[in-house]
Amino acid sequence: MSETKHTELHHDEHGEHAGMTRGKIWQVFFILLGITVIEFFIALYMVPRGIIGLNVANPIYIILTLAKAFYIVAFFMHLKFEKVGLVYSILVPTLFIIGLILVLTNESHHWVDVLR
Amino acid sequence: MSTTAVTSPIDEVKSTPWSGGKEPFSVEYGKMMMWFFLLSDAFTFSSLLIAYGALRFSSTSWPAADHIFQSVPLTSIEHGAPLVFVGIMTFILIMSSVTMVLGVEAGHRGAKKEVAWWLVATVIGGFMFLGCQALEWSHLFAEGFGWGKIPEHLDHFFPHGVEPSAVYTQQFANLFFTITGFHGFHVFSGVIINIIILINVLAGTYERRGSYLMVEKVGLYWHFVDLVWVFVFTFFYLV
Repeated sequence: MSETKHTELHHDEHGEHAGMTRGKIWQVFFILLGITVIEFFIALYMVPRGIIGLNVANPIYIILTLAKAFYIVAFFMHLKFEKVGLVYSILVPTLFIIGLILVLTNESHHWVDVLR
Repeated sequence: MSTTAVTSPIDEVKSTPWSGGKEPFSVEYGKMMMWFFLLSDAFTFSSLLIAYGALRFSSTSWPAADHIFQSVPLTSIEHGAPLVFVGIMTFILIMSSVTMVLGVEAGHRGAKKEVAWWLVATVIGGFMFLGCQALEWSHLFAEGFGWGKIPEHLDHFFPHGVEPSAVYTQQFANLFFTITGFHGFHVFSGVIINIIILINVLAGTYERRGSYLMVEKVGLYWHFVDLVWVFVFTFFYLV
């Protein structure tokens, strides 16, 4: 009984990992590298020459960072190929982080007003 | 034939993932726990980074990263190379993440030798990153930065036309060393864990077990360290 369960588990394990081949790994690597190069291009070329201001560059950095985070978590950490229940049990709690960001940025603007 | 016809919908045995008798997550216990540990670690790092954000938002001026990180240690470049060194560090860490995931992939094929070589590469990448961080820290210490310590002259750390502030430079220094230090400590732990796993691979532990799942779990931790660096890099060096 337990033996059949074990082989079943083993089989599942192999079935799931069909999604990540060596080609795919290198593809994700070049995407991550490309995004980093774009970030450096903005930080070292576009911003110093005044092509775009920091108010434009900073949101771009954050979006590119989240894109990198997506590729690392989804492909390198394999979360994209896990069962949907596991995906949500990891992703939904991170909403608390967004909550903390909203609360503390709001609070810090208040500190500025107090300090001035 | 006739017995199947009388089964009403309410008597049907449910076969959804959550109706019992199945593993809804379909992952091994240790791997699931690694995920939840990483979630808790993500909260810790977020708290540190959000504290950094809150202090920075409440400041009236802040030292500019591309004025502080201008040198490339081990070369003669002391000035005029903003963010080059951190670029090298970022590349090393992404590269070591790739070697780790290639090791995991080799583990799925049960290729013991390949797993061992990719783990060796990952450990080397981890040590290179730690070495770079040590160089950067010692360079900053030499300039006069530290926990509770800042250089005397601050003019060249701030953009033109911005009044330099000792208070905010101090906040920057404390946060920088605390957060990159905490991250570096994670990298160091990861390297030690990778070495232990490498020894187990060479000893044939996972070959006997019939599964290289342990490499995958450690891989999750290693990728998480890379993931945190992506955020540290953006919020300390770019924004």
